[in-house]
Amino acid sequence: MIRPMRTTFRTLLALAFGIGTLIATPVLAQEPPRIVIGPGVIEPMPIAVPTFIDEGGAGDYAREISRVVISDLEGTGFFRNIGEEAHISRITSFDGGVAFEDWKAINAQVLVTGAVSVAGDRITVKFRAYDVFNGNTLEGAALQFAGTTDGWRRMAHKVADVIYSKITGEGGYFDSRVVFVSESGPKNARLKRLAVMDYDGANVAYLTDSNAIVLAPRFSPAGDRIVYTSFETGFPRITLMDVASLQRRALEEQPGTMTFAPRFSPDGQTVVFSLERGGNSDIYLLDLNSGALTQLTNSPSIETAPSFSPDGSQIVFESDRTGVQQIYVMPASGGEGTRISGGEGRYGTPVWSPRGDYIAFTKQNAGRFHIGVMRTDGSEERLLTASFLDEGPTWAPNGRVLMFTRETSGAGGQTSLWSVDITGRNLKQIPTDGPASDPAWSPLLP
Amino acid sequence: MSLAAKSLLLIAVLGLAACNNPDRYGAGAGGAGGAGGAGGAGGIDTTGLGDPNNPTSIAYFNQTVGDRVLFAVDQSTLSPEGRAVLTRQAQWLMTNPGYAAIIEGHADEQGTREYNLNLGAKRAAAVQNFLISQGVPAGRLRTISYGKERPLEVCSEEACYAKNRRAVTVLSAGAGV
Repeated sequence: MIRPMRTTFRTLLALAFGIGTLIATPVLAQEPPRIVIGPGVIEPMPIAVPTFIDEGGAGDYAREISRVVISDLEGTGFFRNIGEEAHISRITSFDGGVAFEDWKAINAQVLVTGAVSVAGDRITVKFRAYDVFNGNTLEGAALQFAGTTDGWRRMAHKVADVIYSKITGEGGYFDSRVVFVSESGPKNARLKRLAVMDYDGANVAYLTDSNAIVLAPRFSPAGDRIVYTSFETGFPRITLMDVASLQRRALEEQPGTMTFAPRFSPDGQTVVFSLERGGNSDIYLLDLNSGALTQLTNSPSIETAPSFSPDGSQIVFESDRTGVQQIYVMPASGGEGTRISGGEGRYGTPVWSPRGDYIAFTKQNAGRFHIGVMRTDGSEERLLTASFLDEGPTWAPNGRVLMFTRETSGAGGQTSLWSVDITGRNLKQIPTDGPASDPAWSPLLP
Repeated sequence: MSLAAKSLLLIAVLGLAACNNPDRYGAGAGGAGGAGGAGGAGGIDTTGLGDPNNPTSIAYFNQTVGDRVLFAVDQSTLSPEGRAVLTRQAQWLMTNPGYAAIIEGHADEQGTREYNLNLGAKRAAAVQNFLISQGVPAGRLRTISYGKERPLEVCSEEACYAKNRRAVTVLSAGAGV
């Protein structure tokens, strides 16, 4: 059983290989390869992923699946793939022997072999991840996935999730989707529509047209529904959409009010959001089954951006009751809340990590925007990014990566999606067809 | 996966529906300068403004009475200049009872999305409350916030931000309520 070492998640990300590479003739079994997130040296783990074998009818799928597995793993910044041109051995049979000496010679710590077969629209992918130095299979890393060919990328993501998870001890996050706002048009007449994509920007599908402004979509815990803010009725309204049927309806239509900033509770039964009346907003809870509305805050200031703790017992939100946006935590039953942010500047858009250990936020200070994380009591604040405008973080299902919106300045300013580790490493742009904003990560797919 | 097909179907359906719903942010709205109803950029067709020399026309209201007030950073408090504009708006609305108005609140781009939506709502509410205090029937006024979604000016400097922190009174005829 491979377990992560006790991790401290300070400012640095480290790789600590449990392999003694200098031992020439190991007598004792060595520690299996693993990556531990914590202080220390940063060096991607060299791995080898020879193109998966075509075991019948696989055609391009074998090569494409191998490519996505490598892309997922290298995209974390934790792994470095050793290209096939450097390989000494070739894998010609999935169940054949492996010449481990050949993989040791190129310093591959992990070898991933796989095979793909296709019959009709059914595809089967199997793989093994080997600990090269011990010459055995990583425990639990020899699996087979089957499905339809149009889901081939998901199978690649599942393979990569298993490998990532076995080596880091963290949950996987590659087999996930991101709902976001696809943008077009000039800055003063921006068109916006909802879209979903794989976490890496592939497989985009559009959920609405761009006749009405749409903002800040969020997935339900099961990933089957989305709540967002839409101007479709002419006024901002929280709206619920079923992802499969694309049917949607405005929730809580009270004339003279604006509803916005919706988010599901962890059980998916209620939506927490802001309701504005006469310029003042408070946080409310709407029971999706009964329609019952519960007011959670009662303050003559801006209370918005609520987000549940994963156990459903607390809600983090922002308020400017002191005159400046700050982050507060209150019981899920409501109340005044306890302020947890304390540094200089303004704090908004808090989001509770799915693992419960951190709260991500947007910070504005001295003319710059930052994405940051802090402990749920406000301690250990750490800023991960800085730019003209970064905002609206969303957590990967494993609670170790964040995605957010970055917007450039000026008349030609455009939005784009970026991701960063909670360590502040591996900042990168997510490829999208055009400008994009307001990402929200789905849970890991089943 | 049929999601894409369903999306196309949905878009086709919405495309038909849109025939009843003129392009809300198309050619007319959000154009250069602040003349006419363009600065509002929110849900009002810009045709039928009338003759700006006719004191009962929308064009006269927009250009001569003044259709907007501006705000300081992060504020929704009315300035003396803003109060003067709104006093004229109230007088005009009371002498032209055939018009209703939607007050659109806006914020500049310096701020998070949800916060700015609320800030725009506060600005629109400040205008609405002032107009009501001057005698305009509440039933003729509605508010909407666009947050930072519809800037009038697009540069990322205070000169533009100052014009974007606004509340615009957008008239519609024949909707006296």
